Amino acid sequence: MNLRKLTGAAVAAVLALPMFASGANAYELVLPTLDYRTGPYAPNGIPVANGYTDYLTMLNERDGGINGVKIKHVDCETGYNTKKGVECYEKVKNTPPSGALAIQPLSTGITYQLIPKAAVDEIPIFSMGYGRTSAANGKVFPWVFNFPATYWSQATALVQYIADQEGGFDALKGKKIYLVYHNSAYGKEPIRTLEAMAEKFGYEFRGLPVDHPGQEQKATWLQIRKEKPDWVLMWGWGVMNQVAIKEAASIRYPMDHFIGVWWSGSENDVMPAGDAADGYLSGAFHAPGGGFPVHDDIRKYVYDKGLGKGDRDRIGEVLYNRGMVGAMWTTEAIRKAMEIHGTKEVTGKHVRDGFEALNVDEARLEELGLGGFTYPVKITCANHEGPGKVAVQQWDAKAKQWNIVSKFYEPLRDVTGPLIEADSAAYAAENNVTPRDC
Amino acid sequence: MAFDIFLLEVIISGLMTGVMYALVALGFVLIFKASGIFNFAQGVMALFAALALYDFLAEDGWFFAVFGFTLPVWLAIPATGLIMVVLAWVIERTVLRFMVKQNEIILFMATIGLAFVLEGLGDILFGSDVKPLDIGIPQGASDWLLDNFNLYIEQLEIFAAGTAAVLVVVLAIFFQRTRIGRALRAVADDHQAALSVGVSLDKIWVIVWSVSGIVALVAGIMWGSKSGVQFSLSLIALKALPVLILGGFTSVPGAIVGGLIIGVGEKLAEVYIGPMVGGAIENWFAYMLALAFLLFRPQGLFGERIIERV
Repeated sequence: MNLRKLTGAAVAAVLALPMFASGANAYELVLPTLDYRTGPYAPNGIPVANGYTDYLTMLNERDGGINGVKIKHVDCETGYNTKKGVECYEKVKNTPPSGALAIQPLSTGITYQLIPKAAVDEIPIFSMGYGRTSAANGKVFPWVFNFPATYWSQATALVQYIADQEGGFDALKGKKIYLVYHNSAYGKEPIRTLEAMAEKFGYEFRGLPVDHPGQEQKATWLQIRKEKPDWVLMWGWGVMNQVAIKEAASIRYPMDHFIGVWWSGSENDVMPAGDAADGYLSGAFHAPGGGFPVHDDIRKYVYDKGLGKGDRDRIGEVLYNRGMVGAMWTTEAIRKAMEIHGTKEVTGKHVRDGFEALNVDEARLEELGLGGFTYPVKITCANHEGPGKVAVQQWDAKAKQWNIVSKFYEPLRDVTGPLIEADSAAYAAENNVTPRDC
Repeated sequence: MAFDIFLLEVIISGLMTGVMYALVALGFVLIFKASGIFNFAQGVMALFAALALYDFLAEDGWFFAVFGFTLPVWLAIPATGLIMVVLAWVIERTVLRFMVKQNEIILFMATIGLAFVLEGLGDILFGSDVKPLDIGIPQGASDWLLDNFNLYIEQLEIFAAGTAAVLVVVLAIFFQRTRIGRALRAVADDHQAALSVGVSLDKIWVIVWSVSGIVALVAGIMWGSKSGVQFSLSLIALKALPVLILGGFTSVPGAIVGGLIIGVGEKLAEVYIGPMVGGAIENWFAYMLALAFLLFRPQGLFGERIIERV
């Protein structure tokens, strides 16, 4: 063998080595996220994305992925822009080797656009606590999951909390409950439920829209000052939350009668208002704080190795925990899919089945280092919302922390059920969808 | 009577909000007046200035990481002003210098690019988190007015109105009474003629972008104090556009008066017409108001009269 042939053989061997090496563990579980780390909503998008990514990294580092199969996280920047979000989806959906196993759109607007696409591409959409509420009806929306609770369930939980403070549902009669909302598909979601409950319980409802991004809301709060509603709810996002809380404090609106949606209840929202935000309330479906065993594992396996996406001190903030719990439920669905189908090389179709058979009970939460962090979730073919329970948390400005101050309210299914049925039936009729029998 | 007080509140709040818009619009006017460039990056400049100021003041900033201490407010503000001057110089050296004699639309496009660069740079240098800005400006409602007259006015906005008044006086003196100001006006009137009598265009552009940067700092402080410093702050430029259309692109008093009209107009519309049409009309109403003015005075209220000789 002359030198040229020897060199050629060596080069070929070197080139082939990675192919063989990767061939042994070729399959990876692709989990894309449509993040927004830039633009006006970045301050809220970043912690959610960090929590999600850090949890996946922790699984890879601690357990070698899910059942020994590595997770391949792919992110795409949407800037919280629906058009860009759809482009991102198209870009990431076929990422090899597994293709997207589940998509988190992180935006109600993007979710609405992806619902018909996901059904064609056979990729489950996990719009955790946002998106189209009637997608809770798994018979009509087999590819969309919005557990552990929807905006409509949350609206009924917040009204139950108000009723508890006022002395019962009867005491709601004649009360004024106003909604300050982001003038978008997201902000408008709870209106129908709040109107239905206004009819049922006899309170007066009025919605006050705030245009994107919500930097200027003076006219809205002047109207609230004039009309003095008994309670104000808020479906806000980004700078809108911070400005609203400051405006409410300025007009001396009582903070303990001002309740935000769970997307209006993070540290980012209350810190700029300082002490004035003390007592402000918001919905929640998981605990705040970074003292759970899972957080310790994230610190140990991710941040100690320099693999963390964000700032170590911010582990445990509300939106970080939101992203983290989303990753937990997604990976548990993949684990379930592997179990059901008896393969580690799962596809989007398998993972959809995993979502529909998901059962993360108390015991499993304990195993995951999340005991007491959230409530058990069981999904079925017909119910993609799961338990729908919502608690209320309150901001303590002095201690700079959120505290859960209520029980987890069951949703008023007699209110949300017919609305979900009607809305999903309308979607089915418009889109020629034959509801599944389950 | 209660209604009258409410109407008064709406009008006063509109005026105060208008001043906040005018602070942003002023930066546009200064650059347009002196160079004919519509600076799309003005909103981002306000954001960048506020980010830089926060960095000097906070313990989680670069400055603290490097030097181990933070600056007091009285020093941080001029230091940020200096940053804006350096930024103006860099913009002149790297962008404007190569755009002399180019069509105005090319210059406008360059400022769009500049906006993206500055926004990205701000993100890389300072991060995207919300930064609470507290430099001691009083916040919240004026207790005295609220307790004695049941009148709700934001203290921050009263402060902003006072600052805007001082700023207008300073700018008027600068433009009318100083040599540099006269040179700026000469360049604004005719680039070629100004060049022919020895006015340095490069120097003038650095000066005008510096002044505009400092005005952006003032706007950034006010808006940053109101909502925390965050990237949505760059969008306040959109609020300045109807003000400019109405007040004229070349008039400092026009920016103020335009701001006041837009502020009051949009608040009255939102409160009294909004409920009839579903609300959230103030954004587009401001543009509608500005367009209505355009029909009668295309140059804006105080803009230079358009004379075309044929």
